[in-house]
Amino acid sequence: MIPELGHFALALAVAIAGAQAVLPLWGARARDARLMATAPALAIGQMLALLAAYGCLIWSAVVDDFSVANVAENSNSLKPLIYKITGTWGNHEGSILLWCLILALCGGAVALFGRTLPSSLRARVIGVLGFTSAGFLLFALTTSNPLDRVWPPPIDGRDMNPLLQDPGLAVHPPVLYAGYVGFAIPFAFAVAALLEGRVDAAWGRWVRPWTLAAWSLLTGGIALGSWWAYYELGWGGYWFWDPVENASLLPWLSGTALLHSAIVVEKREALKIWTILLAIGTFSLSLCGTFMVRSGILNSVHTFANDPARGVFILGLLALVIGGSLLLFALRAPVMSATGIFAPISREGALVLNNILLCSICAVVLTGTTYPLFAELLFGAKLSVGPPYFQATVFPLAVPLFLAMSLGPVLPWKRAELWPALLKLWWAALIAAVVGTAAYLGLRASFAAVGFAASAWLIFGSLAELVERTRLFRAPFATFRSRVAAQPLSVWGSAVAHAGMGVTVAGIAGMSLAVSTIVAVHPGETVQLGGYDWTLLALRDDQGPNYTARVADIRVTRNGDDVVTFHPSRRMFTVQKSSVTDTAIQTNGLRDLYAVLGEERDDAAVLRLHVNPLAPWIWFGALVMAAGGVLSLADRRLRVGAPARRAAGVKAGIAS
Amino acid sequence: MNNLQRRALLLAPLGLAAIGGASFWTLLRRMDKGTYDPRGIPSMLLDKPLPRFSLPGQSPSQGFASADVVASGRPALINFFASWCIPCVQEAPVLMALKRQGTPIWGIAYKDKVDATSGFLQQYGDPYTRIARDEPGTVAIDFGLYGVPETYLVDRQGIVRWRWAGGMTDDIARQSLAPLLKSLA
Repeated sequence: MIPELGHFALALAVAIAGAQAVLPLWGARARDARLMATAPALAIGQMLALLAAYGCLIWSAVVDDFSVANVAENSNSLKPLIYKITGTWGNHEGSILLWCLILALCGGAVALFGRTLPSSLRARVIGVLGFTSAGFLLFALTTSNPLDRVWPPPIDGRDMNPLLQDPGLAVHPPVLYAGYVGFAIPFAFAVAALLEGRVDAAWGRWVRPWTLAAWSLLTGGIALGSWWAYYELGWGGYWFWDPVENASLLPWLSGTALLHSAIVVEKREALKIWTILLAIGTFSLSLCGTFMVRSGILNSVHTFANDPARGVFILGLLALVIGGSLLLFALRAPVMSATGIFAPISREGALVLNNILLCSICAVVLTGTTYPLFAELLFGAKLSVGPPYFQATVFPLAVPLFLAMSLGPVLPWKRAELWPALLKLWWAALIAAVVGTAAYLGLRASFAAVGFAASAWLIFGSLAELVERTRLFRAPFATFRSRVAAQPLSVWGSAVAHAGMGVTVAGIAGMSLAVSTIVAVHPGETVQLGGYDWTLLALRDDQGPNYTARVADIRVTRNGDDVVTFHPSRRMFTVQKSSVTDTAIQTNGLRDLYAVLGEERDDAAVLRLHVNPLAPWIWFGALVMAAGGVLSLADRRLRVGAPARRAAGVKAGIAS
Repeated sequence: MNNLQRRALLLAPLGLAAIGGASFWTLLRRMDKGTYDPRGIPSMLLDKPLPRFSLPGQSPSQGFASADVVASGRPALINFFASWCIPCVQEAPVLMALKRQGTPIWGIAYKDKVDATSGFLQQYGDPYTRIARDEPGTVAIDFGLYGVPETYLVDRQGIVRWRWAGGMTDDIARQSLAPLLKSLA
């Protein structure tokens, strides 16, 4: 009964989305206020229907209703409750439904928090979201319905892939999807602006908070995914340039560019066409990221069932959404014109440089990710593109980007002089140079040295900007205090986000110095690595709720002093008959000790040991970046007609 | 930049997306037909002569050598299999159907025990013209075997024309193998 209710709610959502795609857009065209007024009601209705459908799916999973095919295939009565809930989005069908739900939440958020928008713009934005929703809901209902029944029902479920039974991965998909799908709102605003034929500063002001919220969530989602790969896969790395990882990085890069170009639209009414294109491009990349990997066309460590039939449906949808919006762009963009004029050296100029570099990085990553496909298509050649390509192309572009990141915020709008700006940053530059030189002399590793210098430049550059703005050390304390209070939150936000990037860069530079070894060790033996002595104390068996485990006790000492005793293990999951490694990680914030238990042979266990300097900084930095985004989002200037709507904007940041 | 150039430039993103979409579409079609496998690694043997080998038989069948396959004068399949491999069980009916259509299949039991192999053939059927044993797996190395099952199509001259790594399905047999067999016959 409950799954049928869910099924019905899903079908209802398709119908409402269909209406949402037609009525408001038609109303906006015909200037019919009543039709336009249906938009928010329909968006909220669709949201409620999908919440009900998703609730039914969770309910079926929680009560172990194995007559639901999706539950039978991905759950098991022995699975802990939390994974029964999170398991609903750990598979193709459920994750598609979650994707649609988040899109509907976006529509609902625009309906609820967009009351100050002009009614035609709001109707069009909601209509475009409804159009997109309708397509993907139809995809969910016809090819990937998670609420389909199976007969006869199995006695117990097949359980979930054990790699996914993990708290990090439980929250990773919703956050990542919220980031991906959140870019649907700037996309809808862009398409609505093309339909209206008008982009102005107000448009930029409306688009930016949504972009910022989506960007913060995507940053968090990518960081969670990378962190999960680091501790759960047990390969000792944090980023593998895998197609699925790249697919999440691409919208992040173009989304970051969008975030910055929207500032120029808002403040200076320039870069309008470019911003529209970025908004369309970012959501297009999100769509490709979510759906291309599911067609099985790209070879990735992330397996989804290869189903070319689904692939064709997806391709049709993408063609409609992406092709349609780009066609509209080609037809309508020529009427837009820029009004703001600026010199190459100015805040706008720095933001343009930022956009060029970010988009170049995006382009080289996109090229590397899809090159195997094109090589197959054009030359019939089978090849793969690995980390060396990405490192060789991305890092040289990242360095000038980092240089500009600290410089941009201290440049004034319109026209600037480079020299006075550089003078404001003299001490950040000095620290960066000292750090870089010291790192090079101490480590003899040029990559790490450049990384540490860039990191110092970013962190202290952001600090220098704040010092400059608040006149610290140069004005009396009272002036400083009033200037601190006078700074808008978005200034703090951008400084925090830029510094967060610096923290992540330091982590990446540190990880380039990581050392590791693979050794076969008998209990009682000691291995030396990275200045630590690793002793295998014992190997033993252990028992979990739905798995059995083989555990190694390893004591790590440094110069005879105990550092930690930890327990990497290998878990055998009884139902799926598969095993996963459970990595042991001990961190002191400056370095991770990382141990993985491999196979055993002749009483000896194969251990993989790593010492990873500054590893936690990678994800901590990403968290700081996301926090910078949230801080900026809290800035009331970002929202039109402030005080009454203050709480709403904060909630929107969480919901969208 | 005149107005026309400007319009052309703004049309460029659509053009790029269209090219991407068309490529994607082509690859999906190829995937559907089995001519493109994103995970597959192409065989080094394609369009090369069969590696030379001579293997003992699984009694009562006598063994065979590469020369025997060529000497048969017909296009033939060489199928590596093992009793311990699940996809081999799944592809058994497909091979039986191929046998009924008159396709010669030369079987090589890979790293398998004699008794286990005969038990497997009894249970799932014997589609093979002859069955040889590669217990140490050395011939498999010469073939560059990816795993079992794996099937090679050899033409009359003993040139490898096609390879399928993994269990054969009806679709693969019909869509990829049948046209090749027809053209080589």
